[in-house]
Amino acid sequence: MNKQTDSNTDRSTNPNTAVIVASLKKRYAREKRFQWYGRLAVLTGFIFLFLLLADIVSKGTPAFTQSFIKLSINLDPEKLGVDANATTDELRQADYDAVIKSSLRKKFPEVTGRKEKRQLYRLISAGAGYELGDYIAAHPEDIGRTREFWLRAHSEADSYLKGQVNKNTPEADRRVKNDQLKWLDQLRKEGRTDTRFNTTFFTAGDSREPELAGIKAALFGSFFTLSVTFLLSFPIGVFAAIYLQEFAPRNRLTDLIEININNLAAVPSIVYGLLGLAVFINFFGLPRSAPLVGGIVLALITLPTIIITSRTAIQAVSPSIREAALGIGASKLQTIFHHVLPVAMPGVLTGAIIGMAQALGESAPLLMIGMIAFIVDVPGGVTDPSTVLPIQVYLWADSPEHGFMEKTSAAIMVLLGFLIMMNALAIYLRKRFELK
Amino acid sequence: MQTSTVFLTLIILTVISFILGYRRSQAVAAGHGGIKSLHSLPRYYGYMTALWAGLPALFILLLWMGLEHRVVYNLVLDSLPKSVQGLQESQLGLYYNQIVSFAAGNIGNSQLNADQIGAASYLNSLLSSSRMIKSVLVFVIIVLGAGIAIQQIRPSFRARNNVENIFKWVLFACSFIAVLTTAGIVISVLFEAIRFFQVIPVTDFLFGLEWSPQMAIRADQVAASGSFGFVPLFVGTLLITMVAMLVAVPIGLMSAIYMSEYATRRFRSISKPVLEMLAGVPTVVYGFFAALTVAPFIRNLGESLGLNVSSESAMAAGLVMGIMIIPFVMSLSDDIISAVPDTMREASLGLGATMNETIRKVVLPAALPGIVGGVLLAVSRAIGETMIVVMAAGLSANLTINPLEAVTTVTVQIVTLLVGDQEFDSPKTLAAFALGLSLFFVTLLLNVIALYVVRKYREQYE
Repeated sequence: MNKQTDSNTDRSTNPNTAVIVASLKKRYAREKRFQWYGRLAVLTGFIFLFLLLADIVSKGTPAFTQSFIKLSINLDPEKLGVDANATTDELRQADYDAVIKSSLRKKFPEVTGRKEKRQLYRLISAGAGYELGDYIAAHPEDIGRTREFWLRAHSEADSYLKGQVNKNTPEADRRVKNDQLKWLDQLRKEGRTDTRFNTTFFTAGDSREPELAGIKAALFGSFFTLSVTFLLSFPIGVFAAIYLQEFAPRNRLTDLIEININNLAAVPSIVYGLLGLAVFINFFGLPRSAPLVGGIVLALITLPTIIITSRTAIQAVSPSIREAALGIGASKLQTIFHHVLPVAMPGVLTGAIIGMAQALGESAPLLMIGMIAFIVDVPGGVTDPSTVLPIQVYLWADSPEHGFMEKTSAAIMVLLGFLIMMNALAIYLRKRFELK
Repeated sequence: MQTSTVFLTLIILTVISFILGYRRSQAVAAGHGGIKSLHSLPRYYGYMTALWAGLPALFILLLWMGLEHRVVYNLVLDSLPKSVQGLQESQLGLYYNQIVSFAAGNIGNSQLNADQIGAASYLNSLLSSSRMIKSVLVFVIIVLGAGIAIQQIRPSFRARNNVENIFKWVLFACSFIAVLTTAGIVISVLFEAIRFFQVIPVTDFLFGLEWSPQMAIRADQVAASGSFGFVPLFVGTLLITMVAMLVAVPIGLMSAIYMSEYATRRFRSISKPVLEMLAGVPTVVYGFFAALTVAPFIRNLGESLGLNVSSESAMAAGLVMGIMIIPFVMSLSDDIISAVPDTMREASLGLGATMNETIRKVVLPAALPGIVGGVLLAVSRAIGETMIVVMAAGLSANLTINPLEAVTTVTVQIVTLLVGDQEFDSPKTLAAFALGLSLFFVTLLLNVIALYVVRKYREQYE
């Protein structure tokens, strides 16, 4: 008590202390405020990430399902133009659109006008005929019978059946017209509609019709491109790291190499695309749009990442391992390849995976070398024209149809899924590496 | 033979050379009193033989494949009549492409003249003889290399040292690729840019205020002559970059300060990787987000405030680019703030300053050069960013500093000029390389300055 009074007297006697005491409240408030700014900044970052992911997931999830419509189809040999004895090829090429259309007309006999009929036919996907053809090719005995078939819905009908179309918007503002809504409602009431998992998305190439488009071709393109990238950048990157870390003498040339690696890491990726176009395609005459060129360009882009991380991993290997190997008479190269590199391997692999993840998401340089193409068929090798997943996203994002927006988001989800898996693997390796 | 077959043969022959060298060393050793008389282990003799056989052959094969196309092109061109050779480069390219497609059997002979059909068969004969020579050459070199190596095998031969020396050169060659890449970028971009500047004067490019790269395709066309002024593109790029920095720097810097000075270890260990996820998202995803979600949102927001916002506003692209760069700014600033010695903080706190005063008056001034360096790196990143602006920014070059209007950037123009079917030699295509050159130099300059600043700052405390 006494002491307290003393200090109070002290405060009042020293003018500076008075000033400080008076300002303390304000200073503490400012301190609080400052901390909140910091929290707010971190929170804003979180919110951005959340918004981005939520936006993509909410847009992309519907693309993983596809609506089907059940119709009773009379496989009339006359309309089809083939009979059960036809060859498989003939069976596939028969006119299935005609039987689908006639079954639609039979289902909705009240539709008579040309325009209405066209709208009616638009309920079913343009690809339904091919799918029916595939079925008949496998079951030719069904020709001449009437059977129930689940047919793929058109993307616009599909979006209504998935509940994405608001009936209250004026008819002119939506692609699904009032008549179509009526028919679809009737079909739904009769239990003739169904929503299933969309396998086509994973088994088909690109298509002009959203409901027939898939990412298989792009996935294979990405796979071939990344294979080339990995086969080039991993050995070259690791060898370069070994040279720079273990052998390079300290001289001008080594400095030049190191400066170059650091600068290359910051060169915009589109400039690498220009390099690929001018050197690999125009000078060396390698094929355009091919995973080979894409892979080489991406290898050059990822090389600095791999070299830098591999050097760190090699540097982190304890000198005792090196000295032990050298001490029992191993040569320097034997020491490195038999003892240092195996220990550094998890770190080196982490770097390689991070580099590959970077390459998987890269698209700008690939635009330059023509990997922006409409690819329906799955590429069969590294010189076939192909596209990659990010570019497929770019292509679909440009399409005006609502169905493609969905597909774009779904493709992004697949892309992000791969990236998360790769990064998780890298983190796992790093954790194991740290334990050693 | 197909190229892949040649490669396969090369690999098989190399493996055979290894086996031959291995066997040979054992056979030689047997005559000199067993394996112990060899200088190196038998497998090193095998490695040596394989390297001698495979490396030169691989090198020759790659060189051949690289130059085949040029040589054949020139030979076919020489065989064509003078009138064709006098054609303009772009037409010549078209003419030659027809020959190539016909020779490959991709198009019929209806659109071709007799000269082209003759040239096509000449082309095919050239290609097949090239394939022949290539296969034979590779084979001969492998056999020769393996032969020389096997000849040299005797017990005193230092095979391991030989292998290790060769390998050291291979390692060096791998690291030298970095230099070759830079050289390749500079040469290819510079070479095409110089061709561009032969058509369009440098001053028109650097100081021109208008960008509309429409050129007459044929000489008789009365089209706009095209203007290639760099200024509107550069201003557009800087505008978007500035918006991005206004988002990224405050958020990134404040996050870094909070993380390194206030946050608990636990909070930091969770939130830092989460924010760094933003850096791992592919740019095409940001582009999609900007074009389909952010741009309409900003447009609607602006309209509800009575503002006229373009649907491809610099604001949308810049905002999303800023989000992308947040983790970049955060990581760099975090490293730099953590590098400020604790003694400085303790001195300040010991004098009675609050944490906030310590940060603002002691830590940040000390870290400032490093932070500036980091921001410069982020700016260089933003300038070179392509997909976001390609998808969300405009195409027409407006010279404006209003972020609500549509502007275009250097990278957008490079993409639009080069994507699609254009002749490689038109000024339009070459303009992309001139833009690439300027982009390369601007980012290089920023990086060099930034790295210099960061390094200089680090040395102060180490």
